[in-house]
Amino acid sequence: MRQMKRMSSIAASNVALLAFLFVTCVAGAEPTGFFSSPTSIFAPASTPAKSIAPLAIFVLVITGIIFSVVFTLLVYAIIKFRGRASDAGREPAQVYGSTQIELAWTIVPVLIVVVLFLATARVIHSVQDAPEPVSAVEVTVIGHQYWWEYRYPKLGIVTANELHIPVSDPAHPTPTFMTLLSADTDHSFWVPELAGKTDLIPNHPNRTWLDPQRTGIFLGQCAQYCGVQHAKMLLRVSVDSTKDFAAWVRAEQQPAVEDSKVAAGRHVFETTACINCHTVNGTPANGRFGPDLTHLMSRATIASGAVENTPENLRLWIQDPNTIKPGCLMPAMKLSDADLDLLVSYMETLR
Amino acid sequence: MSSNVITVSGMQIEERPWLDALQRWLTTVDHKRLGILYIAYGLSFLLVAGVEAVIIRIQLMRPHNNFVSPQVFNRMFTMHSTTMVFFAAMPILFGFSNYLVPLMIGARDMAFPRLNAFSFWLSALGGLLLYFSFIGGSGLYGAGSAPDVGWWAYAPLTARAFSPGHSTDYWTLSVLVSGFGTVGTGINIIATILCMRCPGMTLNRMPLLAWLNLVMAGMVLIAITPLSAAQIMLLVDRYLGGHFFDAQAGGAPVLWMHFFWIFGHPEVYILIIPCFAFMSEIIPVFSRKPIFGYPVMVAATVCIGFISMSVWAHHMFTVGMSSYANSFFTFTTMVIGVPTGIKIFNWLGTMWGGRLQFKVPMLFCIGFLFQFLIAGLTGIMLACAAFGWQLSLSYFVVAHFHYTLVGGVVFAIFAAIYYWYPKMTGRMTSERLGKWHFWLFLIGFHLTFDLMHFPGMLGMPRRIYTYEPGRGWDMFNFLISIGAFIQAIAVLVFVANLVISYFKGDKAGNDPWDAWTLEWSVSSPPPEYNFASIPTVASRRPLWDLKHPEDPDSRYE
Amino acid sequence: MSAIANPFPQASASWRLPDRGKIAMSCLILAESAIFTIFVVAYLFYVGKSLSGPTPRDVLETPIFYTICLLSSSLTIHLAAKLLVRDKVGSFLFLWLLTFALGGLFLYGTGKEWHKLIYVDGLTISTNLFGTTYYSLVGLHAFHVTVGLFMILIVAICALAGRVGVEQAHRVEVLSMYWHFVDVVWVVVFTVVYVVGR
Repeated sequence: MRQMKRMSSIAASNVALLAFLFVTCVAGAEPTGFFSSPTSIFAPASTPAKSIAPLAIFVLVITGIIFSVVFTLLVYAIIKFRGRASDAGREPAQVYGSTQIELAWTIVPVLIVVVLFLATARVIHSVQDAPEPVSAVEVTVIGHQYWWEYRYPKLGIVTANELHIPVSDPAHPTPTFMTLLSADTDHSFWVPELAGKTDLIPNHPNRTWLDPQRTGIFLGQCAQYCGVQHAKMLLRVSVDSTKDFAAWVRAEQQPAVEDSKVAAGRHVFETTACINCHTVNGTPANGRFGPDLTHLMSRATIASGAVENTPENLRLWIQDPNTIKPGCLMPAMKLSDADLDLLVSYMETLR
Repeated sequence: MSSNVITVSGMQIEERPWLDALQRWLTTVDHKRLGILYIAYGLSFLLVAGVEAVIIRIQLMRPHNNFVSPQVFNRMFTMHSTTMVFFAAMPILFGFSNYLVPLMIGARDMAFPRLNAFSFWLSALGGLLLYFSFIGGSGLYGAGSAPDVGWWAYAPLTARAFSPGHSTDYWTLSVLVSGFGTVGTGINIIATILCMRCPGMTLNRMPLLAWLNLVMAGMVLIAITPLSAAQIMLLVDRYLGGHFFDAQAGGAPVLWMHFFWIFGHPEVYILIIPCFAFMSEIIPVFSRKPIFGYPVMVAATVCIGFISMSVWAHHMFTVGMSSYANSFFTFTTMVIGVPTGIKIFNWLGTMWGGRLQFKVPMLFCIGFLFQFLIAGLTGIMLACAAFGWQLSLSYFVVAHFHYTLVGGVVFAIFAAIYYWYPKMTGRMTSERLGKWHFWLFLIGFHLTFDLMHFPGMLGMPRRIYTYEPGRGWDMFNFLISIGAFIQAIAVLVFVANLVISYFKGDKAGNDPWDAWTLEWSVSSPPPEYNFASIPTVASRRPLWDLKHPEDPDSRYE
Repeated sequence: MSAIANPFPQASASWRLPDRGKIAMSCLILAESAIFTIFVVAYLFYVGKSLSGPTPRDVLETPIFYTICLLSSSLTIHLAAKLLVRDKVGSFLFLWLLTFALGGLFLYGTGKEWHKLIYVDGLTISTNLFGTTYYSLVGLHAFHVTVGLFMILIVAICALAGRVGVEQAHRVEVLSMYWHFVDVVWVVVFTVVYVVGR
């Protein structure tokens, strides 16, 4: 009787601890929670992530129960069967095993495995084999060392680093389907609140999809080690209302702003090697090694999220990219201060 | 020793005992000496890789930290993991296999003593070659030195285009060379266990340590070699213009992933199975009961050995395999949890109804049980492919595998060292220092690796030299690093214990723990020939039968 | 320790364990099979995927004669080992040298084939996926043949010096296991490269 009481008190305190951890962890995903984070897997805003979160909680609960049971038994055994001084010399009963017990603790885990497997297989299938509606937005994502290229083939847009997609109404979904490619090493697209991650592997196109159900900015970053600046290959997804998305698309489809006031700066741009790597629509620059700069000023950050898009940061970046992202593949062009100022003022006009 | 020294009068022969000792150790083919060489070698690299871990944790203590450059950080995590897996854990575990298997089966040495020595020196060379890269290599952008491609060395990052210089080659060659040494030892272990058991020791009466080493050695033969094959292919790509993993020529980087993980997953079972062996030997002695369910333990281990060859692509859930493939690997990965869980229950069953003695080896075993339970459960979470799409490549995985490798393997290694140190050196370790080591390490371990699960669930990917503030990761990373420092202090206490006890420890007799397997029937340390005459056994616990002639195991088996 | 009588019960006379040489060679064969399996998988994976260059159908000629040589050498080595067990050293030596010759012929055939592929067809290891996987797989096998021939040569030299007799029969048997393995691998490689892959 005392044994039962002791066991249940150990079990109870264990369950309480687990419940506390569980609640703070899951509930704390909200902005005001203790574990608040803009990249929590427990704050899903899009169907793929929303399919995963309940499965995750289900698995956590089951494994939590298993843990409680075994933990309780272990702690109980340690307390109850500890050797005492009065035992000296006497050996306990030498038990070699028990077939019934072995069967029991084989069959129960097998059943748990079956349940978990079926639950998981359903989610795998629903996310991976989801049908693609005609109204889906198509984006081709190309991973580079250390930036993201986004091409919207049906809309004729090429941009970089900040992805804009429309919000999706669950009643009339407008998901975004992405084809994932890579220009060099392996990368991985991970925005936790929108979907699980999918890798970008050269010569191995992948498909994934998002249908965010609220507007806002969603953060993430590359999750597959791709080289020196893997840590700074950040993701910024802007989920826009239908109107805002249409406006963004229209703006992106325009060629680059031509401002005669910065003609000198444009001249610097076009006569330095910049045009070998970068594209600015409507100018001779059509390089594809680096990000498309046609609408650089529409982005909140530069260098794939490494720093905010301010004139000072832009100047620092162009002067020597290695001060912001040491080891990145953009060389310092060794421009004079005067040229640098002109160039920055030109870049500032590329809205 | 020898009593037939020829004395030559009038000659002065200069005695240089240290030189003689050095020569004996360098040319030894005795399994016990080689075992100690492996363990000492592995422990040294454990300390070096531990320093690399501390460097990583200092850099990650706060966002946008500048303790080391990204290039150095990437080398640190590559070297830390490569060293820990290949040059710390494997040598220590093989050292114990080498030392214990012949003694436990009543043999005088391994089946092939010279192959044994050759395998050791080959593996040793591998480790030195890897570290020579700090001086000799030139990495990304010719910026010099150690490999920085991660311990999986994924293609195409390892192609000449993305890893110029020789740093990747140091990784490839050092691991390739030591891999051959590993296969040699695997062959040796199998031949020893199958062909050199003492009379009466049927396979059904072997200590579990011998059984588990047999399974592990079998896995070594078919799991290490795929990595060797893949590394040869990588060298062909890098030096002969081959296209195995060259996307531009139609090659598939995914193929490297498959080959690597066909090695990589069984590899982690190769690491943990000897640790299961330690648990199966130590827990019974300090519970004063035989292992619960010996046949089931053997069957479960053999199952784990086989199933582990079918789960590899759970490391590749994010790579874009079909839903059927993802489901298959989810299933097999969960299935392997069943025999693993059975083993934990059997150890629990061994302790149940026993008279537990909380000596230092037992403390580490108990830590192992709790931690391996948790590690297995987080493994189940990762096995669910869909959940894995969020958790893979994040700090959740880093927490999971450190839970198995530190909470499991390192704790088991500590238990084994404390348990067999008296046999190897003839001295007892200090219980006091051992307990300080245990508690400090336990606190540091849990502070670091319990908390580490949370940044993973909050979106922190792995292998990043810094991170953005405001993602909810800052406080976790800070506390994780503190835990690392505590573990480092604990390890220093451990090293001090080993050294001090060697000189000042109490003399250990043959059998300080009142244990039951054959190694405890010989002196501590054992004589070079192990047994004056080869024993014959009639049960799984020959010394129990000797000590309890009124109630021998042989009556019940 | 030697002063104390053996405390353990007495052994029965029928304690027999497997032979360690054969066990060790079987383990080595298992490990090597795993390496070859990976190269075969790579070969099969890349069949038909080369983006350019000569295809197997264009350039491969089935090496029937040299295959017969290699497979016959398995027969001769088997007979040689059998003869040595019966201490027929002279006949053993003849068959042993014949094995070496047949193996050597096989290597010569491979060399001839490679010479044609490189200089006439322009297929090298860096030409395309077929080249890479072909030379790696066949080359790995040829390397194992070379190592086997080297070991056979050592035994041959010892035999010619009169040092090989029935006491060495066991070691010769273990070596012949390796040689049989090399032949079985060739059967697999042959099927994959010259039959399936075309």
